[in-house]
Amino acid sequence: MMKQHTETHSVTSNVQQQHPISMYLKIWLLLFVLSACSYMVDYFQFQGMLRWTLILAFMFLKAGLIIMVFMHLAWERMAVKFLLFLPPIAILIFIVLMSSEADYVFISRMLSFFNP
Amino acid sequence: MPNNQQQEHTQASSSSSWQSVKDDWGADKQTFDMPWGKLMMWIFLLSDTFIFSIFLISYMNIRMSVTIPWPNPSEVFALTIAGHHIPLVLIAIMTFILITSSGTMAMAVNYAYQGNKKKAVYLMVTTALLGASFIGMQAFEWTKLIVEEGIRPWGNPMGANQFGAAFFMITGFHGLHVSAGVIYLAVIAKRISQGKYDNKGYQIVEITGLYWHFVDLVWVFIFAFFYLW
Repeated sequence: MMKQHTETHSVTSNVQQQHPISMYLKIWLLLFVLSACSYMVDYFQFQGMLRWTLILAFMFLKAGLIIMVFMHLAWERMAVKFLLFLPPIAILIFIVLMSSEADYVFISRMLSFFNP
Repeated sequence: MPNNQQQEHTQASSSSSWQSVKDDWGADKQTFDMPWGKLMMWIFLLSDTFIFSIFLISYMNIRMSVTIPWPNPSEVFALTIAGHHIPLVLIAIMTFILITSSGTMAMAVNYAYQGNKKKAVYLMVTTALLGASFIGMQAFEWTKLIVEEGIRPWGNPMGANQFGAAFFMITGFHGLHVSAGVIYLAVIAKRISQGKYDNKGYQIVEITGLYWHFVDLVWVFIFAFFYLW
């Protein structure tokens, strides 16, 4: 029993991923639907907060499905997930810094271009 | 069982993922339990994430700070097909093609690990062909923007001058990644059909797949931030 358990576990922790093809087809279909949804956001010209919420929600769902299922990260060990998800925190900080910088530049331009 | 001790580690750590991190970093063994080529591909993709992020952040910075209105992507990338004016239609088709190619790639990895060499090669070639058609459509889009709409990196008739620079830089760099991926896929598919991985194992298909899925992943972000914003 114990032996068998080790055996099955070694299969899942092995680098050779084995999943039924149907799983990939389902994810594929889901990505199709999500892409169609994000296209619809533009087609129906949603604006403002609703547009941004929908765009970002569909984007993160698609990105998550691709990374987790297609790239098999869901079955990787936690150390690998940390390796890939911790460094991009620097990107998030950079986005915050640069968006506040852009606001500052915009205000300076408005003041100097249109207020002689 | 070559690594009996490691297997026990794996089993003990399945209860707590934090424990598994400590085991991986603290035990007297290779930290990441995967082929080196796969780890190197992950690290390359991480660095590529930073490159694309910097492009997209600089685009955000430009777009938020311009005082002249940004050209409306929904209008710029609209096509008139059979008398109907459809916004973003080519971009939508390109998105579907890239997602489809990701699906065929994922299945190629699966068949390769099953040992079904023929199917894996066919699916990789399909992926490469879909990638090539993506590049073709991008070339069509660029031609249309440059020749018909007069968009240049330094200016355009529709609005903020920076539009062209950001667009050509970001989609161009992504297009180069797709082109490199098509070549990479073709080379690996050829080598597999020649039997060069029969003894080594088919991890190479998964490694190639990681690169290809990453190209698709970047497109998800470009689609959201450049075309839908």
